[in-house]
Amino acid sequence: MALLEVRNLNKIYEIGIFRKKYIHAVKNVSFSIKEGEIVSLVGESGSGKTTTAKIILGLLKPTSGEILFEGKNLQEYFTNIDTIRELRRKVHAVFQDPFASYNPFYPIDRVLHQAIRLIGFDPASPEAKELMEEALRNVGLDPKSILGKYPHQLSGGEKQRIMVARCWLLMPKLIVADEPVSMIDASTRGGVIKLFEKLRKVQNTSILFITHDMGLAYYISDKILIMYLGELVEEGTPDEILSNPKHDYTKRLIESIPTLYKKWEDLEKIKV
Amino acid sequence: MGETILELRDTKAYYIIEKNFVRAVDGVSLEIKDEIIGIVGESGSGKSTLSNVMLMSIKRPLTFMGGSVKLYTNGNELELTNINREELQKKIWGRETSIIPQSAMNALMPTKRIRSYILDVMKSHFEEIDEKEIIEKAINRFEEIGISGEFINRYPFELSGGMKQRAVIAVATLLNPRLLIADEPTSALDVATQKMVLKTIKELKDKKIVKSIVFITHDIATVRQIADKMVVMYAGKIIEEGTTDEMVSEPLHPYTKGLLFSVVTPEPEVKRRGITYIPGTPPDLINPPPGCRFHPRCPERMEICDKEEPLLKNINQRRVACFLYEKR
Repeated sequence: MALLEVRNLNKIYEIGIFRKKYIHAVKNVSFSIKEGEIVSLVGESGSGKTTTAKIILGLLKPTSGEILFEGKNLQEYFTNIDTIRELRRKVHAVFQDPFASYNPFYPIDRVLHQAIRLIGFDPASPEAKELMEEALRNVGLDPKSILGKYPHQLSGGEKQRIMVARCWLLMPKLIVADEPVSMIDASTRGGVIKLFEKLRKVQNTSILFITHDMGLAYYISDKILIMYLGELVEEGTPDEILSNPKHDYTKRLIESIPTLYKKWEDLEKIKV
Repeated sequence: MGETILELRDTKAYYIIEKNFVRAVDGVSLEIKDEIIGIVGESGSGKSTLSNVMLMSIKRPLTFMGGSVKLYTNGNELELTNINREELQKKIWGRETSIIPQSAMNALMPTKRIRSYILDVMKSHFEEIDEKEIIEKAINRFEEIGISGEFINRYPFELSGGMKQRAVIAVATLLNPRLLIADEPTSALDVATQKMVLKTIKELKDKKIVKSIVFITHDIATVRQIADKMVVMYAGKIIEEGTTDEMVSEPLHPYTKGLLFSVVTPEPEVKRRGITYIPGTPPDLINPPPGCRFHPRCPERMEICDKEEPLLKNINQRRVACFLYEKR
């Protein structure tokens, strides 16, 4: 059984009061994620990637279609506080902007305390402290130099690592990571990507990796989904998609990404 | 490869802020020939400041601290450091050296048509201008680089990102400068447009509109596609220089290795090679670390590294500043 199943998902945004305009942001999207699988959702801005992610997280209601998590309809989780908590523990989100995930008035310990409470510990207890420190060490941070600091005292990479540290506390089944490294310097990006790989290896976590960066998707995923104008236009393993892209959008995308090891042969030929 | 066009010798340019010296360019020597040079490095490595030094466009708080910037023109040698700003503006900028500044395409004033930019630029170079002739020339240049001449009557917001960037390129090269500096010209564009703009820039050289191009970016993969030579900067210094092919296939300096191996492009080589990252952050340029400025982040640090500073030394066709490659 798939861990997550998305079936015929549609989302139509309605804007305007008098003259209504409709935007069909997600069109008939279906896919599934197995346990321990890393799936990337690749597309340009406005292709509906983030809308899909938000629906999976239960932050937005779909116009139609259904989402099954562990075989149970997502709507059913939102009936009482216990099941909501269960869902929040099992599905964890890491967002693009590490600066926006923190409240600047509180030390960063707070985001870890929230996670600790979700798993039923008192943040002040010695066990909780032990767990937090271990989680931080798991993401390559030194607890002594991190705990008690405020968000502005840490770099973007460190903040994003702390978000991943929460995953070591909660041990979620599924992580929905929406462009988790696009705001981090290229030179430190690799470190954060490795953290996701480690999580999967140690905890068999499934990851839905949302990105516009084909290189990243190619490197990390077992399966790539290509989204274009709200629709899933292609699906396959990274090597299949790279060596034999079928949809025009995918072809164009792959042709335009500058490569490091191969020099473009067609730069002379393309029409401007 | 051919004649030298610009030669920097031990140039130093610091930002003086209150009583602090930010050593953004600290002893850089570089020869620019008839070629495309890519300058890469993290943000804050001094790449853009170096472009100001190449032009000798020094404005406070940036202060030129020493060194020489020689421009070779028709057999003459001009020491740019001895020429005042007014003269540079009249005789050198735009004609000999020109720049596409970082995010210039987003700095275009929305209420001005492209043509009035062109006229403004010309007015800063000549006392009297023939508007008709200039507009005609501009239309030609627009068409040469693949955009319709009509666009000069448009407002910036009527153009797409790629069009705007190419309009900026056309304006920067109107007087056929011999050296063009392009500072992050493709960073704010999506990948398809990026490729088009790269082609346009390469064509400037192929069509002999400009002789050499200095391409500044943090994206090594674009440099790979366009540059003959690659220069890596770290904390205000050049730490490695060589042909692009050699640098990519065999990086020598640990920093260059770190930069290259942190790039993820959709290529099987990347999967085979894996990804690494450079721990830590670039140093504070007010108080750079002693010895090699990269030593606090370097995975191959040795005892000597925090005591002495490695000099840029020739190894075959390469230049590299690292004690790993120095015989003692």
